Formats: sequence, C-alpha cells, structure tokens
Amino acid sequence: MSYRVHVRVMPRSGLLDPQGQAVEHALGELGFPEAAGVRVGRAIELEVAAPSRAEAEARARLMCDKLLANPVTEDYLLEVEEP
Amino acid sequence: MLDVAVVRFPGSNCDIDTVLAVEAAGARPELVWHRETDLRGADVVILPGGFSYGDYLRAGAIARFSPVMQAVQRHAAEGGPVLGICNGFQILCEAHLLPGALLRNAGLAFVAKPVDVVVERSDTPFTSTYAPGERLRLPVAHGDGRFAAADDTLRLLEAEGRVVLRYVAATEGSPLQPNPNGSANHIAGICNAAGNVVGIMPHPERAAEPLVGSTDGRGFFASLAAWQPESFIPKASSR
Repeated sequence: MSYRVHVRVMPRSGLLDPQGQAVEHALGELGFPEAAGVRVGRAIELEVAAPSRAEAEARARLMCDKLLANPVTEDYLLEVEEP
Repeated sequence: MLDVAVVRFPGSNCDIDTVLAVEAAGARPELVWHRETDLRGADVVILPGGFSYGDYLRAGAIARFSPVMQAVQRHAAEGGPVLGICNGFQILCEAHLLPGALLRNAGLAFVAKPVDVVVERSDTPFTSTYAPGERLRLPVAHGDGRFAAADDTLRLLEAEGRVVLRYVAATEGSPLQPNPNGSANHIAGICNAAGNVVGIMPHPERAAEPLVGSTDGRGFFASLAAWQPESFIPKASSR
C-alpha cells in the first residue's frame, strides 16, 4: 500500500522567524493590518509504501527526525492520507 | 608535513582557496571528493565553504549524508582535528558533530563583508598561533549564519568556554557593525567539548594573502600546520 504523507515543518515557536516578520510587514503595507503572527515554514509531500497507515506514519516520523526537520530549531506535523 | 583533506561537495566553492591557504602554511592539502569513503590517512580535515547541494532543505542537511562524512565522524571521534568553515560549519551542526544550528540571517539579506571577531579559544588545533583575546578582521559571506541553540546548550557552551570566535564591535571610529546575522551571544564559531572539532562562519582562507587586503586568517592554517598529534590531548567528554 502506498500512503501520501503531508509534512509541515515550522520554525520552533520562540525562535526569531525573520521571514515571517518580513511577510507580516509586507501584508501590513499591502493593506492587511489585521494579519499577525505570520510564520514561514515548509511543506513536504511524499509517498510512503507501507503495509499499514500506522507503519507509514511511523516511517515518515523517522524521516522527519533524521532529515526533513532539524530537531534543534523546527517542529513538524504529519498527516497521512488514506490510499 | 601534515596531510590535510579538504572535502569537496557538489556546490563547494571555497575549496581551492582553502587548498592554497593550507599549502602556503606548509602543510600538504589534498582535495577529497564527497563520495569517497576514506580520508586517505589525512591528519586534519577541512570542510570548506560553499553551497553544498544548493542549500536544499537546510544548509548542510544533505551533505551530512555524503559517504565521506562517516570517515569524518570516525576521524573526529578519534580526536582528529576537523575545521568547518561557513557551509562546513553548517554541515558539522547538521551532522551533530557540533551542537546548535545555523539559521537564516536575522536581516534576511546575504551578508558579505569584513567583520571583527575576537579569538576566545587559542588552545584548539586551528587557533593555537593566536593570542587569547586577539582581534581579527575576517570576511563573512553567508545567508544562513545565525547561530541558534537551546538555552541550556548555550549556557553549556559558555560555561565550558567553547566559543572560539565571537563577533565584536569594531574599534572606535570604524563603520563596521558587530554581529552580522543576529547569532545567539554574538557567536561566530564554536568547538566540541574535546576541542578538536571547530566550526566558524568567517572565512580565514579569504584573508590569507596581502593581495586581498588581510592576512588575519593565516593563523588558522599556521596553527593546523604546526599541530602535533601527540601533543594534543582531547578533553574527555560526550560531545
């Protein structure tokens, strides 16, 4: 079975996110002063071949821990689609 | 004469400058391609600056998995000196040979200019020819140089005196600004607990010839050329 996995990697809260700040500033300039708390992260999608959804998620979690996210500075969220 | 492996990753661009600086200091440099699995008996390893793998994902994140990095890990574990310059520093952090991470500059812009740093550790294999507290003017050239680490890691680095280089305000009257990237505690370079693995953001290989305006960086290469394996006793520790 192949499962589509969506990974969302975000800078850890509390760490300075200059990209988020720059985007927030630009939104304000554009006439969206209501935009606040902007943070910029990264989305990664992949197919994971696994015998079960739980197994696919476990493997994807390992991929995040080892490569897709930096445990020092980033947090990630995983979503596994039903095939 | 010491053998110095300068590792070349796809996207390295300071490798030749590094080789020339090593050679000028009187050691024997050899370029080692990142696919290789051993360091050919090198005494010292340098991971040079550049943009390995185009900085894809995160700077240094993919180079860390190059085959040669296993040999670098072994070399470091045995107490062999390893210097990471700029992208090399980023790779050492991603490889967990050094703690922390290097994030996008606080000002977002790529910063390429001379900065002033102070040498806080002169007992590493790469800084032994400098005096403690010596000030250097070295070029930086990076987009991701903001050193960050968990608070307890920062406290540990400071408590153990593992900050090798720190950005300092230039001498009075100079227009140069300290801390070009917003790094924690103005950190420009650190070492591991044993002191044999050193990572720095500034480029000493770009300040090793009078022709380019500064020779302040020569000491890094003079130090490694003078390094004697038997004289260096790594401090015992986990990392």
